[in-house]
Amino acid sequence: MYRETEILKQPGVGDPDVFGDMVINIGPQHPSTHGVLHLVITLNGETIKKVEPHLGYIHRSIEKMCESLSFRQFIYVTSKMDYLSSHINNHGCCLCVEKGMQIEVPPRAQVIRVLMDELTRLASHQLWWGAGAMDIGALTPFFYAFREREMINDIMEETCGTRLTMNYMVPGGVMTDVHPNFQKRVHQFIDHFKKKIDEYDELLTGNVIFQHRMKGVGYLSKEDAISYGCTGPTARGSGVNCDIRKLFPYEVYNKLQFDEIIETGCDCFARYLVRMKEMRESLSIVEQLIDNIPEGDIQAKTKAVLKLPKGEYYSRVETARGEFGVYIVSEGGTTPYRIKFRSPGYSNLSALDHMARGGKIGDLVAIMAMIDLVIPDIDR
Amino acid sequence: MSKDELKIKLAELIPSATFDESGEWLNINITPPDFMSSIEILRNKVELNFDYLFCQTCIDWKTHLMMVYHLESTAYRHQLVIKIQLDRNKPEIETVSHIWRTAEFHEREVYEMFGVNFLNHPDLRLLILPDGWEGRNPLRKDFEDPVNMIKL
Amino acid sequence: MTDKFQSDSPHAFPGEVHPTPGGGVLVSKLDDVINWARSNSLWPLVFGTSCCAIEMMSTASAKYDWSRFGFEVARATPRQADVIIIAGTIVNKMGPVLKRLYDQMADPKYVIAMGACATSGGPFFYNTYSVVKGADHIIPVDVYVAGCPPRPEALINALMLLQQKIKKGLTREQIREESKIVPIDIGNQKAS
Repeated sequence: MYRETEILKQPGVGDPDVFGDMVINIGPQHPSTHGVLHLVITLNGETIKKVEPHLGYIHRSIEKMCESLSFRQFIYVTSKMDYLSSHINNHGCCLCVEKGMQIEVPPRAQVIRVLMDELTRLASHQLWWGAGAMDIGALTPFFYAFREREMINDIMEETCGTRLTMNYMVPGGVMTDVHPNFQKRVHQFIDHFKKKIDEYDELLTGNVIFQHRMKGVGYLSKEDAISYGCTGPTARGSGVNCDIRKLFPYEVYNKLQFDEIIETGCDCFARYLVRMKEMRESLSIVEQLIDNIPEGDIQAKTKAVLKLPKGEYYSRVETARGEFGVYIVSEGGTTPYRIKFRSPGYSNLSALDHMARGGKIGDLVAIMAMIDLVIPDIDR
Repeated sequence: MSKDELKIKLAELIPSATFDESGEWLNINITPPDFMSSIEILRNKVELNFDYLFCQTCIDWKTHLMMVYHLESTAYRHQLVIKIQLDRNKPEIETVSHIWRTAEFHEREVYEMFGVNFLNHPDLRLLILPDGWEGRNPLRKDFEDPVNMIKL
Repeated sequence: MTDKFQSDSPHAFPGEVHPTPGGGVLVSKLDDVINWARSNSLWPLVFGTSCCAIEMMSTASAKYDWSRFGFEVARATPRQADVIIIAGTIVNKMGPVLKRLYDQMADPKYVIAMGACATSGGPFFYNTYSVVKGADHIIPVDVYVAGCPPRPEALINALMLLQQKIKKGLTREQIREESKIVPIDIGNQKAS
């Protein structure tokens, strides 16, 4: 099933190759927080020559399962795929179904959806920051990140019912109206977080050890990023314009003022800076929307059993990790004929080999932390 | 380029293709013998410049298999959907992983889920399924697994 | 089995006769002290496969701290861990890995199945070809936690339940130890 340590080439005596080649495993169970990722790395001393990811340790056959679920049911399976941006995944599926059925979403529901998306993006980036720093060796940011994340979880719990896999969106709008305390709590959170994000920068971004571990590590040029299909902060750190919220705006994104963050460093530190700035942009989007939620319905009138007309539909949304695509092929029945989820982590992971060659094992850990992998998203 | 301009341009470059404009993006059906030359044109022609393959998958229509490629150009922001029909008993097609590196993983997944053989792929083996699942293609419509699958 | 749950005092008074599995015997103070020490210092193994792992991390962090209960050091290697909290779905490919981790843990070891997926396959029960419908198909489980994902308070409740089970001597480990049949030495007669 997986190879144990294997010596490929013995170290030579009096020979320039002092170390020889060795194959070792990292995972599937390992003390970092991405999930079950099994890497087989070929090493020469401590220099990596090849990294091969072995996937499938959390393959839950979601695409096959969705072929027997109705169009209202399959949406909630996707919130278990990339559980850190579960609202955004559900949003993508709802957009696809609405595209097929030509449903018009009322403005109040659109604003609530975007608010929930941006809060989810903030929560996901906070967890990335805490867990990524823990991988590299800084243990304190983990507790700071979870302190803020718990505030967002409490807001979500009041409105949506649960803390992590919030199945709140339905085709046509959202399931229930926001809680009366929602605006007040979000205002409290915004005031609290504005001070804390400067604290985050003070704690980690300027730290000399952190910068030495991130700068120059995991170089991915712009052409390679596009060729490997990388999206999200992984590609935006290499200068690629790929924010779906700006290129193909959906819901109310075309009416909002926010910047697309692009860095040209092409290394891990650039990706780190992209995400830190994205947290600030998400906070400003939440601030713009929280006082301007229009009155109205929260759900368009739809039938109880949805039947998509025959054809193929594709919708794209921007999750915290990149572009998430939902491709539905429907034959006119109540269940989809074929669903394909284009997950962002799948393509980002395929660039790991390219980025890690020539580095050391510590660099590999830093690269994995900065790509922000969530393995159930990759294995589906 | 808009959908109509794209259609006119592609009709003159790839004469054997047929078009389908019912969806959101232009769909083009290419025959397997013309596949490699069409792909080279789509990637290298300056006005087209499709450099971003964002989704590659396969659909099992019960009489044949259909490969679907979703392409986009980062410069012009136009999209194209390529569809190729494959024979169900011996599905084979050339790989595009030397043009778009993301296809390496996508083609491995289509190989294990549907059984499509990609010629000249650098490393075609199982990616997500455990060992011992060669030859069993779960996403095909005639896949039966009485041991594991509990039907509702 | 019901009288065991009615004990008023959690600790046995030395000299008191308690019915325990294996027959009515005098519970010595030493066994009690050992059980108390074991239950208050269980080190979990870092094993999270999917969404429940995030709730486990929330339980470990400052708001719902589990190190107040003794679960301070979460070990990455099974050789140094006492309890494995299976947080997430187990699939066919991961099954042998889980079994191997369980075998590598030293006795006494305990298992908590967290979440709907580890209890019975959860939302992935029907129409999936690759999910193990419940972690107890692979390793014996002591405590099950319901929820998808369970709240951190639910996980802490499960940890406290495990601690009570250990103190009362009712985990699978301890029942197995008690009911082990000691082989009688019949004396190997050497052929003279």
